Amino acid sequence: MSQRVYITGLGMISAIGNNVSESFLSLSQSKTGIGKINHLTTRYKDEFLAGEIKLSNADLADLVKDNNPALNRNSYIAMLAAKEAVINSGIDTNDGLRTGVISSTTVAGMGKTELYYKELFEKYDHLDVLDTHDCGDSTERIADYLGNVDYVTTISTACSSAANAIMLGCRMIKHGQLDRVVVGGVDALSKFTFNGFNTLMILDREWCKPFDENRKGLNLGEAAAFLVIEGENALNLRKGKALAEVVGYANANDAYHQTASSPEGYGATLAITEALAMSGLVPSQIDYINMHGTGTPNNDLSESMATKAVFGNQVPKFSSTKAFTGHTLAAAASIEAVISVLSLQNSMIFPNLNFTTPIADMNLIPETQLVNTPLNTILSNSFGFGGNCSSLIFKKA
Amino acid sequence: MDALIEKLKGQIIEQLNLAEVKPEEINPDSPLFGEGLGLDSIDALELIVLLEKHYGIKIQDPKDGKTIFQSLRTMAEYIKSQGKS
Amino acid sequence: MSNITSYAHIKHNQVSVNGEIVFHSNSSLTLIEFLSEAYKNLGISYPKFHKMDAQCKLGFLCAEFALKGTNFLTENNLSKTAIVLSNCASSLETDRVHQHSIDDKSNYFPSPAVFVYTLPNITIGELAIKHKITGENAFFVSEQLDADLLVNYTETLFQRNTKTAIVGWVEVDVANFEAFIFLTENTENINKSSIFKSLNQTSVTTIYNQTIWTH
Repeated sequence: MSQRVYITGLGMISAIGNNVSESFLSLSQSKTGIGKINHLTTRYKDEFLAGEIKLSNADLADLVKDNNPALNRNSYIAMLAAKEAVINSGIDTNDGLRTGVISSTTVAGMGKTELYYKELFEKYDHLDVLDTHDCGDSTERIADYLGNVDYVTTISTACSSAANAIMLGCRMIKHGQLDRVVVGGVDALSKFTFNGFNTLMILDREWCKPFDENRKGLNLGEAAAFLVIEGENALNLRKGKALAEVVGYANANDAYHQTASSPEGYGATLAITEALAMSGLVPSQIDYINMHGTGTPNNDLSESMATKAVFGNQVPKFSSTKAFTGHTLAAAASIEAVISVLSLQNSMIFPNLNFTTPIADMNLIPETQLVNTPLNTILSNSFGFGGNCSSLIFKKA
Repeated sequence: MDALIEKLKGQIIEQLNLAEVKPEEINPDSPLFGEGLGLDSIDALELIVLLEKHYGIKIQDPKDGKTIFQSLRTMAEYIKSQGKS
Repeated sequence: MSNITSYAHIKHNQVSVNGEIVFHSNSSLTLIEFLSEAYKNLGISYPKFHKMDAQCKLGFLCAEFALKGTNFLTENNLSKTAIVLSNCASSLETDRVHQHSIDDKSNYFPSPAVFVYTLPNITIGELAIKHKITGENAFFVSEQLDADLLVNYTETLFQRNTKTAIVGWVEVDVANFEAFIFLTENTENINKSSIFKSLNQTSVTTIYNQTIWTH
């Protein structure tokens, strides 16, 4: 019997706060972080809203206490969130146990590369920027920042990336390859992303309205979120404290379209069903679902169908927290994992902001106000382009 | 109108990378989506780019594409109606 | 136990299947021209192929060559088939195309059909769509082919629901490109025909180095 895996540390930085306690405050006060674009230079500055981190790159460099010019926004926020998670857990990476870092990102160093793009490819100037462009770069930076890390890898599966990083971490612990892993994801905003999502015409010009009949699309956000997960052996050895347990996870491919989800939510249904099977829980034992709920017409309909396929007429309380943070892409699943643990710890369901009208024929109504209720189990969904569907189940420790 | 339809055939084949389709195989009245050419949601967005690039027509709501892109003929009629052919 | 039942390797404008070169084109062809020739050689009709970016085309062709002549798709449950791919450049080649399209203010026409390919795991999506493969999938970004990582991860998947997997490396970075994909099965049947009776770092490294490229 493989050992159990616990979450023992949380770290996050996003539009709703620069650390976990600030984020919790925003969540419990129903305060969104999405607003006018201040830091990113883009032609869409006045056209779209975004969930920006409220710090400039200079502010971030100060917080990280590293003015290495090779660092970029992606690395800064990843380092900050990962460090917060490690401090929160109380682990010591120098104690001889095996520590891994598994991170995920989609845009990587693009935010910086695009600033120098012309120079890079036309004049071959600023070539050092390219060293920080790779997806693997921010993961290496985290590992260096934490020190004494035995294993590093990077996953890139679009918007479900961080869920897959969490899954891989759990598996490596269960298979005895590592004792604990810092898992999560990071994506800073870039023009590249804005221009791309705009071509797909899935950006809402106003605040996104997940699960609303009149939803028009998503708001982009930027974030980094990391969790420390530990095997029970390592945790017992240091007499550490568990915040939650990871009891189920699964991934499946929707096999339908490069970006769109299948109308019936096939891949999502597979992922949720498998995660439940692994956890040994029946659908009625899930107390709350933190939905992927991006606010796009396609995702929310498809996810609603999958939810009904699995839960029938007994759909648990649910909400999407993306109207707080924006859709933070590769960080989304780890942001929502941190939020799920905060929900378990504080017996709180954070609301689905901006919702008024249920989707026709679905009859699914999210929680629109803060709910105080004991929570024992939470399902968190994350679906990505490329048909990549992941579901995670967390249990109160 | 027929000249515009012929022109559109070439532009669509190029914009949507329909490498195995010949212009004469596209029936101006057949549905562009579903059966017919088997186009999908990304192709619909590409057709919106095509209208902007070649005809200076901007479409803000992707839902408008549903009626405009029913067939080559409806597309040509729409371009005419915008005075942009 | 797990075995390797077939593999394909594409580089230097050549395609090798199970160590034997089965197709090669003039080495002066560009990547796109080469991919188009290799597609014709395969003798299939899949119009979606022409819409893919170079990386997806490369991954798609490599998988098709590895699958060709096998019973992999017909005798296995594709909801228990995993796809695990990796590379170094992520989606850099198509990222560049998208970046070019937004960089020139006077000629600003970013394409949705380009943007959708700015994620490396879309290659996995294309394989899944073509063959209705709905099992687990992951895309790793590593500096080079990490046989250890791919083998360990696949073995981990085999310990739960996964029975078969399509595993490999698909990299495109300007003129450099390479794809290497193998099919592996977790089976009790020791008589099952296979290229390698075991799945481990040595067997993967061996098949990776098996092909003798002609130039």
